[in-house]
Amino acid sequence: MLEMRKDIFADERDDDLREVGRPTQRQDILGHVTGTSAYYDDHHFANLLHLKVLRSPHPHARIRSIDDAAAARAPGVKRIIRGADVPVNLNTLLSLIQFGKDDEPSLATETVRYRGEPILAVVATSERAARQALELVRISYDPLPAVFDVEDALKPGAVSVNPVYPKNTFDYHRKYDHQKLRFGDVEAAFAKADMVFEERYQMSPIEHAPTETNGSIAVPDTNGRFTVYTSTQALFFSLDTSAKINAMPSNQLHFIGGTVGGGFGGKVDTLTEPLAILAARLTGAPVRYRLSRHEEMQFGSPRGAERIYIKDGVMRDGRIVARKVRAYFDSGAYTRLSSYAVVKCVAHIPGPYTIPNVHGDVYCVFTNRTPATAMRGFGVTALDFALECQMDKDAVAIGMDPLEFRVLNAYRDGDMKAHRRVAKNCALIECAQVAAERAHWPLRDEFRRMSSRKGGGEARAEAVADRTLKPAPPGAPRTPASSSQRAAYERPPADAKSPASPARDMPSPAAPPPSGSTHGVRRFSSIFGTRRR
Amino acid sequence: MKTPIQLRLNGEDVATFADGGANLLDVLRYSVGDLTVKGGCWQGTCGTCTVLVDGAPRLACVTLAESCSGNSVETVAGLRRGADLHPLQTAFMEHFAAQCGYCTPGMLMAAKALLDRNPNPTREDVVDAICGNICRCTGYEPIIAAILDAARKDARRSA
Repeated sequence: MLEMRKDIFADERDDDLREVGRPTQRQDILGHVTGTSAYYDDHHFANLLHLKVLRSPHPHARIRSIDDAAAARAPGVKRIIRGADVPVNLNTLLSLIQFGKDDEPSLATETVRYRGEPILAVVATSERAARQALELVRISYDPLPAVFDVEDALKPGAVSVNPVYPKNTFDYHRKYDHQKLRFGDVEAAFAKADMVFEERYQMSPIEHAPTETNGSIAVPDTNGRFTVYTSTQALFFSLDTSAKINAMPSNQLHFIGGTVGGGFGGKVDTLTEPLAILAARLTGAPVRYRLSRHEEMQFGSPRGAERIYIKDGVMRDGRIVARKVRAYFDSGAYTRLSSYAVVKCVAHIPGPYTIPNVHGDVYCVFTNRTPATAMRGFGVTALDFALECQMDKDAVAIGMDPLEFRVLNAYRDGDMKAHRRVAKNCALIECAQVAAERAHWPLRDEFRRMSSRKGGGEARAEAVADRTLKPAPPGAPRTPASSSQRAAYERPPADAKSPASPARDMPSPAAPPPSGSTHGVRRFSSIFGTRRR
Repeated sequence: MKTPIQLRLNGEDVATFADGGANLLDVLRYSVGDLTVKGGCWQGTCGTCTVLVDGAPRLACVTLAESCSGNSVETVAGLRRGADLHPLQTAFMEHFAAQCGYCTPGMLMAAKALLDRNPNPTREDVVDAICGNICRCTGYEPIIAAILDAARKDARRSA
């Protein structure tokens, strides 16, 4: 039977886990088993038009010319849409929270930067008519050299993928080409460590492959508004993105969603709604833009591939004295959400362990691959995989039990984390002890007696100065323990004067840049979830 | 060129005209209006659109509608027994065998085809019956448990 250890999790949550271990029913299950749950495509309209998109066959090419005259005359074709028809043909998803620069067109005009990039849309009376018309479009390309590897993309002279970020790296705090974490002095600690281990980890991109592909139907209303039925996982996020791209006030859009045929992060990118709305505006008719399975696999954004290097300095007694992480996130040709995945990754270094010297450099890198996006713990999942593999390797190499090795290094209450936040309500040691007991995994007595409440704080509570950064001016506030757990760009502008001071030895993040648009500034959505504390 | 198509759909006679070459999925959804049938890949690979034609599971997206004219077609819309849910539906509810629900109609029909011809299936029979149906949310274990449970309860009720 599962129990909630109230002594450890007292102020974490109130429930007593009565639901765990017992069957329960979803509130929407009756609709699911009777086939009556209404997904976006279960809304039908007379005279529905169908939108299909012509996609780049090249990973990188200049578009020399587009000839769509024959397609425009093809049977059933109502409208051809090109990049010039899109009111705001450059966007980045997180512009809604003023993070990053607009870098992705809805329809490419001069250059295509990944295979599958949309170039032109046909709106026709049937999907078949739209597909047949697409075959009549003639595009002449000058193929360009392409780059597919994150480290190749950072080499001098590498192909520049995205002109908004010519060096193939996202801009952090408007001055860094990657996100940093600095705590103590890893190089000095490596020099003193008994052993140093370095490993390389490579993750693959993963397609979410929901059984329902991405899609939406935009329906013109009589009052100038548009009702949009959509498969999105992020309803208001998609609404604001669509409003921005179509240069229309968001109160002209009525989004209906919520019943989604599988998402897992693959339905937050607003892939279809802006063009469906634009097509409905241009034709005055309801328009459906539904990805085929092939499009979902080729063009639907996957989990990004990460390459992670970890270097650990370990003492013979099992203490990890230094950890250096260097990672490259493959964002594909445009930013989408990889920029944010990097921030999450850095916030997770060095894992739930108290290590006095930590160094992190994580890059969001542009390549000529399909843009990557959210997927189930993105940013953290891959790092955790790498870190825990590394923990096992470290433990084996120094001849220590892997679980005892983790217990020894786990956060204790009062410890200073590498991010200069004090660890509290720690429970990794207790979880490991319970897991060991249940699995009949032998832990030695001294490890069974260890506690998250004992041995933390004191010397372990010191925020170690980073000697590579300028010292704080005299009288600067001490490291705040928990005054602000949010990154600067996640704060709405009204909070800019918040009394929370930047941590002592940290470079202060730049204030959010002023934005030309006020779309959705305060309305940011659910994709990042809620923070517990 | 439109082709007349007559079906016995869930015990009722329906008739419609369809485009030549139309697949059964589109005809059921758009001509007949049975939206309980879902499309997932439109290329016969995911099982989402599984319906029963004369009792046998068929992938509606790659079944020529004309070829079913005069046949009996069953979908989830006809699964209830009067006002009561089918034992499979109840079991799916009790076992949390659906999360997003999109693969559920196809899963239920594949399972029904199995139970109709084999009321006492083994776990292997169940796995074999749904091996062409992809679920991306719940994993397959709750679905297998639900189908086995439905078979047990149905057997007890008929006994």
